[in-house]
Amino acid sequence: MERKIRILLAKPGLDGHDRGIKVIASAFRDAGFEVIYTGLRQTPEMIVEAAIQEDVDAIGMSILSGAHMTLFPRVLQLLREKGADHVLLLGGGIIPKEDVEKLEKMGVGKLFTPGTTTTEAIEYLKKAVSERRKEEKIL
Amino acid sequence: MLSQTTKKKIADQKEKWEKEKEKGKRLTDRKFISVSGESVKELYTPLDIEDFDYNRDLGFPGEYPYTRGIRKNMYRGRLWTMRQFSGMGTPRQTNQRYHFLLDRGQTGLSVAFDLPTLMGWDSDQPLSVGEVGICGVAIDSLEDMEILFDGISLDKISTSMTINAPASILLAMYIAVGEKQGVPSEKLTGTVQNDILKEYIAQKEWIFPPEPHMRLITDLIAFCTQHVPKWNTISISGYHIREAGSTAVQELAFTLADGFAYVEAAMKAGLDVDDFAPRLSHFFNSHLDFFEEVAKYRAARRIWARHMREKYKAKKPESWLLRFHTQTAGCSLTSQQPENNIVRTAYEALAAVMGGTQSLHTNSMDETYALPSEKAVQIALRTQQLIAHETGVANTIDPLAGSYYVEALTNKMEQEAEKYFDEIERRGGVLKCIEEGYFQREIAEAAYRYQKQVENKERIVVGINDFILEDEKVEIPILKIDPEVEKEQVRNLKKVREKRDNDKVKRSLENLKKVVQGKENTMPALLECVRCYTTEGEICDVLREVFGEYTEPPLI
Repeated sequence: MERKIRILLAKPGLDGHDRGIKVIASAFRDAGFEVIYTGLRQTPEMIVEAAIQEDVDAIGMSILSGAHMTLFPRVLQLLREKGADHVLLLGGGIIPKEDVEKLEKMGVGKLFTPGTTTTEAIEYLKKAVSERRKEEKIL
Repeated sequence: MLSQTTKKKIADQKEKWEKEKEKGKRLTDRKFISVSGESVKELYTPLDIEDFDYNRDLGFPGEYPYTRGIRKNMYRGRLWTMRQFSGMGTPRQTNQRYHFLLDRGQTGLSVAFDLPTLMGWDSDQPLSVGEVGICGVAIDSLEDMEILFDGISLDKISTSMTINAPASILLAMYIAVGEKQGVPSEKLTGTVQNDILKEYIAQKEWIFPPEPHMRLITDLIAFCTQHVPKWNTISISGYHIREAGSTAVQELAFTLADGFAYVEAAMKAGLDVDDFAPRLSHFFNSHLDFFEEVAKYRAARRIWARHMREKYKAKKPESWLLRFHTQTAGCSLTSQQPENNIVRTAYEALAAVMGGTQSLHTNSMDETYALPSEKAVQIALRTQQLIAHETGVANTIDPLAGSYYVEALTNKMEQEAEKYFDEIERRGGVLKCIEEGYFQREIAEAAYRYQKQVENKERIVVGINDFILEDEKVEIPILKIDPEVEKEQVRNLKKVREKRDNDKVKRSLENLKKVVQGKENTMPALLECVRCYTTEGEICDVLREVFGEYTEPPLI
């Protein structure tokens, strides 16, 4: 049997808005994923460390403070440095469209902005993780 | 109150109406629920407010229990204060925005600080990277505050500061700016949010644990009572509770419960309730369910008045008044078809005015993307001016009073809130409920319920799950904060540290530590610190050292 999708949900930086991440955590759990929530005020280092220790398929970060152009690239960089770039990084928050495009080009998976349904996020995660797992098997 | 005969007459006619209505019934699977998920009846009649007693339940404006408003003449005497929450980038940039708004008829100021300032870090500290000036203005030292209020006389305008964990420090800076302008602290008018309880519950910008923080609050209250008598010492806030996903009743109940906890803490610290209660203010959300919101404000005033008079035995009428600021609901705005947010905000603002608010912030249409552009904030301010001067709703006081629906809803809000007060007490009080995550869970569950209703289309959100534009191109300007802001702020901070008297700074911090470890009021020591340009971060480092830091167990 294929193992359940494991995702680390994290709130990086100083931002305290946690409505979105809690809603998404409940929806992911109801969808059968294994969800680990870090809580607030995590540094990129703490997040990457937890992702490796918990052996997750993906990290979901929620940022509503505007600090996304600092925090997403930093987590990507750390994942690469630690040889953990098989972990998919996705996220959501108050992120203008041009920043979404820039971050997705850098290698961040999908970024979900206000108005996204939890179903969209669930479907995306299932598809993206199963593709990544296939790639890993081929390699 | 209805006589038995009248009651019977209405009941009979209602029964007849209901039977006839069944014949022509149109089938619909729409659920009739409020934004908070409460079911709403199709018709309200005198039977829904059978025990209604005008004098007891409503009374007259400016009279107990203040259901109809806190002033005898309400908006015919003075309109609400139009106060846009605003701050971005450097103090200079925000100062320019303040002048822009004041030039356009804004009547009060409201400062939005950036996250490092809210969390007590200087702009050059490691956790501030990427956050400086981004979601508000960066303030490190008194110099920044001097620039922020450049060209604005503090004796001519009231200022609200959304600051909680380090509220005493920012108030001390404001007092010090007043001193430099020659305005004595007795003349300053304004508000510090200073509501740490709702930070633990919903907004999550705390620094210290609850117990030591409650001391900072009672110190501030005691100090202001003597030296800044026109200052609102706490703005007891439901806004963030609602934004975090609560229902209207939860917002009402949790906010007032927090308020009562402050009253109890101050009384326990030896203050007389009538000395500080008149300076407590409130802050509510205005969401889209028009009647639910109006009923919430009316119920809030009545509950507060009753508790302050009956339970806490306040004697001055000013202690019974619930004065409040309102902000329209950020969480009701959509990124899709953002221009529609202008309309949403207008309805929400109308509810706040019909509910008797003392001041109002209207959100800008672009706030699901970034801080507002000049164009967007101008429309938001104009929305208030339109309501005030063109719609006629401010001509008469509490115009919805006497509506069967609104009165029934006001009663229900009050009853439901009372049930929550009992439950909170049963669980050991507000602090205990925070510790055990009770409020946090109630709110998160309500937020998830709401989200599911949207996804199941039990509720329609225009542009989100219906009336969608495929291939929509958003064509509104979006404000960007230049990454140079952080560098500039860090450079300026370095200059301040070089030119100030660093011996004085050192002594001010040593004295602060001594005071904090003892029992003396902390405000004078904080004032001494800020006057010699000790930075917010340096002060908070001392407080963190003595008080420790709060961490929340991650609850989902």
